[in-house]
Amino acid sequence: MVTSAAIYHVLHAINVTIEIRNVCVFLAPLFSSLTTIVTYLLTKELKDSGAGLISAIMIAIVPGYISRSVAGSYDNEGIAIFCMLLTYYLWIKSIKTGSLFWSTLCALAYFYMVSSWGGYVFLINLIPLHVLALMFTGRFSHRVYVSYCTVYCLGTILSMQISFVGFQPVQSSEHMAAFGAFGLCQVHAFVDYLRSKLTDKQFQLLFKSLAITVGVVTVVVGGALTAMDKISPWTGRFYSLLDPSYAKNNIPIIASVSEHQPTTWSSFYFDFQLLVFMFPVGLYFCFSNLSDANIFIILYGVTSIYFSGVMVRLMLVLAPVMCIMSAIGISGILGVYMKNIEFGDSKAKKRPDKKIDTSYPVKSEIATGIVVMMTILLLTYTFHCTWVTSEAYSSPSIVLAASQQDGSRIIFDDFREAYYWLRQNTPEDAKVMSWWDYGYQITAMANRTILVDNNTWNNTHISRVGQAMSSPEDKAYEIMRELDVGYVLVIFGGLTGYASDDINKFLWMVRIGGSTEKGQHIKEADYFTPQGEFRVDREGSPVLLNCLMYKLCYYRFGEVYTEQGKPGGYDRVRNAEIGNKDFELDVLEEAYTTEHWIVRIYKVKDLSNRGV
Amino acid sequence: MPSEGIIGVLNDLWIHYKDQTSLKLKLIDAYLGYIMVTGIIQFIYCCLVGTFPFNSFLSGFISTVGSFVLGVCLRIQSNPQNRSQFETISPERAFADFIFAHIVLHLVVMNFIG
Repeated sequence: MVTSAAIYHVLHAINVTIEIRNVCVFLAPLFSSLTTIVTYLLTKELKDSGAGLISAIMIAIVPGYISRSVAGSYDNEGIAIFCMLLTYYLWIKSIKTGSLFWSTLCALAYFYMVSSWGGYVFLINLIPLHVLALMFTGRFSHRVYVSYCTVYCLGTILSMQISFVGFQPVQSSEHMAAFGAFGLCQVHAFVDYLRSKLTDKQFQLLFKSLAITVGVVTVVVGGALTAMDKISPWTGRFYSLLDPSYAKNNIPIIASVSEHQPTTWSSFYFDFQLLVFMFPVGLYFCFSNLSDANIFIILYGVTSIYFSGVMVRLMLVLAPVMCIMSAIGISGILGVYMKNIEFGDSKAKKRPDKKIDTSYPVKSEIATGIVVMMTILLLTYTFHCTWVTSEAYSSPSIVLAASQQDGSRIIFDDFREAYYWLRQNTPEDAKVMSWWDYGYQITAMANRTILVDNNTWNNTHISRVGQAMSSPEDKAYEIMRELDVGYVLVIFGGLTGYASDDINKFLWMVRIGGSTEKGQHIKEADYFTPQGEFRVDREGSPVLLNCLMYKLCYYRFGEVYTEQGKPGGYDRVRNAEIGNKDFELDVLEEAYTTEHWIVRIYKVKDLSNRGV
Repeated sequence: MPSEGIIGVLNDLWIHYKDQTSLKLKLIDAYLGYIMVTGIIQFIYCCLVGTFPFNSFLSGFISTVGSFVLGVCLRIQSNPQNRSQFETISPERAFADFIFAHIVLHLVVMNFIG
């Protein structure tokens, strides 16, 4: 946000008056162009400028990164990946030169990264991991000491300036690895210094006594602090990365976000295509000429692969390193084989003195073949990326399009239709209850107050909404009166076949609703059939067939014929005829249903005038 | 050199240090010693009195730790024995970098001290 404001003010100061909305919309593409440049620089440090160019080209079109940096998507990741790669580039530069200047710049880039995304925890654990790896492989040198200690000290105090981070760097377990590595650095450097001054025997004696004292003190102090809860254990958000089943069992809100689901194999291919295959090749090339910088990129690649397997959202973190590794691999292959290609005219002139290499007969032909194959693979990569971007990542999420049987497209503009109805036909202070996915849209387009939106951190509040949706009508009415709700909005896809509707999300509402104290009576098992299936037809569980969400979605749906040959009330998403058809609503009345029944709005009735 | 246990080793170390290190490095070492004493005093004070304005304690303590670390880095980079590892950095450049890092460190400490 600070970045957008800064750019806006700079532009206005030089009299280029761009509206703040346009600045925000185009911020992500601007920063992804800058990311391309930084990727080039980073890969150039790791291998050479040829690999740098290839990696820049790849990251410019890779779908895994494009999906999170389209114009209009104004989320943290747009800037965060740029900051992350900048920090890594400056880190590699400072490891290679050992200069305080680059290390300070790295700390400043780290500060920028902390201010943009919570994923900075990845950095503050990867850099110490790298330092530890260097120590264990015997590559610890003065340069590493200078770089890491500067980055750690300056970076820690800079990161504490951000109010969201606060004092966490010295109190939470997620940062303890960095602190531990810092201590180890000091010890290692001091030991090296002593070793250079003393003879072997003296050194052994001193070293042993020192090591024992330091080890005992660290263990005692560390254990005491953790036991006294001065150092807090890993928070839920990051603990679920180490133990993927933790969130599902304990914190349904985190587990329900669709971006937090484990990644499928097909998404890897869909987002990366060729890179999936070139990544191990790049890994091989890195291992074959091991250097300080290469160890870092190997660690980054392997940890990213693990984390992106846990959570789909982290595919974004994997995208840059996939590009870098693949570029190293491709550049390595091309470098080896290009040398062997002999062009027609130079054959006679060039090599009278060179010994004939008889390692294998058709060297030039094989080399040409491999180069041609590589080119074809790169071309298919380009085609795939542009196709994926245009098909999957270019549609606005508010307007849906589908093709009919004769091939023509039909546009579903139901969301905007419903939001504008709300805007024009409800009182200005009306409160709308819906699931949190639509919170921002309702606030922005309908200009009405909502209960929960995409940024609500109050688990109890969201749970209350979940309880209202999962309870029968009369209990739900109590909750709605308590929360002072005027209108209820649900998304229903049964008529059109739109699959991300509220009935498909309903189980998450049940889980979240049942996860707090007031919702203890809501148990997920009640909403399944005795055989354990989630069914909306006659066999479905009576608790499900009578809850508020079911009634709101399927009100009057029994009279609608959706497909030829099927009875009325056939739900096209669940592929079943609904069980509870002809019912009336007691405490709500239908206010508006859009053209294709995708959005349905209900008004909460007031208490009746007479008592009974 | 006779070495009877730890005392002897430390004695040898001290004599070796006095003879072998140049004046410039000894100056930096004295500065480092002073910083360490300041840091220890702050830490003991915090242990005794409590951590109420935690940000002030942290900023003061980290400023001593940071200055110490930067001083050690300067010492490493100025030591002519380490020239092979720092090819691009002359002692003047090392000092300039040291100043730059200190500017950043003290700006942040000023902001954080509250």
